[in-house]
Amino acid sequence: MLSVQDLKIYFIGDRSVARALDGASYEVRTGETVCLVGESGCGKTVSALAILGIVPQPPGKVMGGKVLLDGQNLLDLDEEEMQQVRGKRIAMVFQEPMTSLNPVFTIEDQISEAIMVHEKAGANEIRKRCIQLLRDVGIPSPEERLKDYPHQLSGGQRQRVMIAMALACNPDVMIADEPTTALDVTVQAQILRLFQELQQTKRMSLLYITHDLGVVANIADRIYVMYAGIIVEQGDTSHIFQDSRHPYTQGLLASLPSRTKRGGALHSIPGLVPDPSDKPLGCPFHPRCSFAVKSCKIKFPEMYDYGEGHVSRCPVLYNKK
Amino acid sequence: MKKHRSSSNIILAVEGLKKYFPVRRGFLQSVIGWIKAVDGVDLTIHQGKTLGLVGESGCGKSTIGRLILKLLEPDEGRVMYHGQDMSGLSDEAMKPLRKEMQIIFQDPYGSLNPRMTVGQSIEEGLRTVGMKGHGERKKKVAHLLEMVRLRPEAAAFYPHQFSGGQRQRIGIARALGVDPSLIICDEPVSALDVSIQSQIINLLKELQNQLGLSYLFISHDLNVVGYLSDTIAVMYLGHIMEYAPAEVFYDNPLHPYTLALLSAIPSSEPGDRHTLPSLAGDVPSPFNPPPGCKFQGRCPLVEDRCRKEEISLYPVRAEHLVRCWKVIGD
Repeated sequence: MLSVQDLKIYFIGDRSVARALDGASYEVRTGETVCLVGESGCGKTVSALAILGIVPQPPGKVMGGKVLLDGQNLLDLDEEEMQQVRGKRIAMVFQEPMTSLNPVFTIEDQISEAIMVHEKAGANEIRKRCIQLLRDVGIPSPEERLKDYPHQLSGGQRQRVMIAMALACNPDVMIADEPTTALDVTVQAQILRLFQELQQTKRMSLLYITHDLGVVANIADRIYVMYAGIIVEQGDTSHIFQDSRHPYTQGLLASLPSRTKRGGALHSIPGLVPDPSDKPLGCPFHPRCSFAVKSCKIKFPEMYDYGEGHVSRCPVLYNKK
Repeated sequence: MKKHRSSSNIILAVEGLKKYFPVRRGFLQSVIGWIKAVDGVDLTIHQGKTLGLVGESGCGKSTIGRLILKLLEPDEGRVMYHGQDMSGLSDEAMKPLRKEMQIIFQDPYGSLNPRMTVGQSIEEGLRTVGMKGHGERKKKVAHLLEMVRLRPEAAAFYPHQFSGGQRQRIGIARALGVDPSLIICDEPVSALDVSIQSQIINLLKELQNQLGLSYLFISHDLNVVGYLSDTIAVMYLGHIMEYAPAEVFYDNPLHPYTLALLSAIPSSEPGDRHTLPSLAGDVPSPFNPPPGCKFQGRCPLVEDRCRKEEISLYPVRAEHLVRCWKVIGD
């Protein structure tokens, strides 16, 4: 359905070049939930913005790669053609619903705008659609909520409205960028369930971007783990969680606190995420990696295949096998 | 480090703490109601132990931290440090106690002065507790930075030159400067990435073992709290709903809200699930809550009595307290 191939996006400053995305490839198949996991600054949000063609340029610059939607390269489209893709074929839900919703327009204004950009319909028809959308995302008494302004809604409800807007034109692919990070746990659980339900009833593909491995375990069919602008490991959820073959993924999983790990020291990955304008040579993870050998410092690691779509970028662990 | 110790090993006790904030409206700013941020809370923290305070946003957990430090004055109730009631104390009399209690905030960037070097920021705290010698202070700063695993040269840099995790280390160094016994940790790792979060958690744990510190650990993250705490208190709209030693809390949670929280955590460990219908709706506003149990609006087990009769925390066994009619029965 959606396939990102060797995408490179650099942010060019006066004195330095930040290589935000350094040749990332991933794909989302029809009706599948794919999670892009990584820590802040690993390039996961930039890659989502690139799919929609909304990377701020300059300073951003696409240095290479393709974004294919049903075989068509979105990076070749001009602004007008891209408008037809955004919202209608690919829709996005952002992290902070309060800043993505316009505070001076009602909920109805904003959802109907999303519909009218792509479709001609009468006022009555649009209102009906709005109500149905709000009902789909589980907002109680939607008729009354239409006249509300964003500030009158709670955080969870705002995020539901954002999702309703994204659903407005029945997109094939929905990209959700940390949509539950700002929410309380009980509300987060509701929104996650909503995503799962919607995906099943509407048969869309979902690209879910998050740093939270707990969320990932709950919703993903397949996972891509990102580090410093590249994909370091990919595979089915069970592969990644039970049989990870990359030291970074293993480190992340081991450093999750939980009550069952009480008593002992928590595993932690030493050091810091590298500065995107000053990445180490060779494997970008080698300064923090306990398995690193000499060649890791020089040679950029290949992808090693473990079968069934499980692929990892670590020669050391591959050769140990 | 010399610390005066009372006979019991309870370092801090909070009794019947209440804090109501007025809600004003209109031209004359007349009070139209109250937000009961903290509504009768009892807590005890033991020497060298960690009390985890969990709850969703707006439940009053941060307000409790501020009340303990006397950054806010309670409307009712007492905060006792080593048995000494702090409520009547003047600012002058509070000074020696301020040395004993420190706080670490969620966002260390917001709590460090961007125009001061890290060294100056840490020294400021040392000066206020009367460390006069310049050389002595410099030495202490270097020692503190080392304790939080930063290089002593870090003292010459400004806060913006550090990453989030490093800034949190600086925040911890600053708190440790005055040799406190109790540290209030207000969501200290919520803003950090997973790999950095575990570094800070380990550091907090090491420092506790090394220095015998006591923590009040305020967080919304049950995974972090479960890992660090000896005792856990769950808050909802200004009330403690359940209070139990960590093992009991996870093995035998009783309050429906606790169960809902536990089932809502997206767990990365399969088989670590509790089954209960997850909660509908949002956390209600603490403004003029209905009578009876505060959780009634979202509780799957709610019955008539919950809407009418106030309920207090009842002990169900030693050290395990629950505020729920369904659990306690008649």
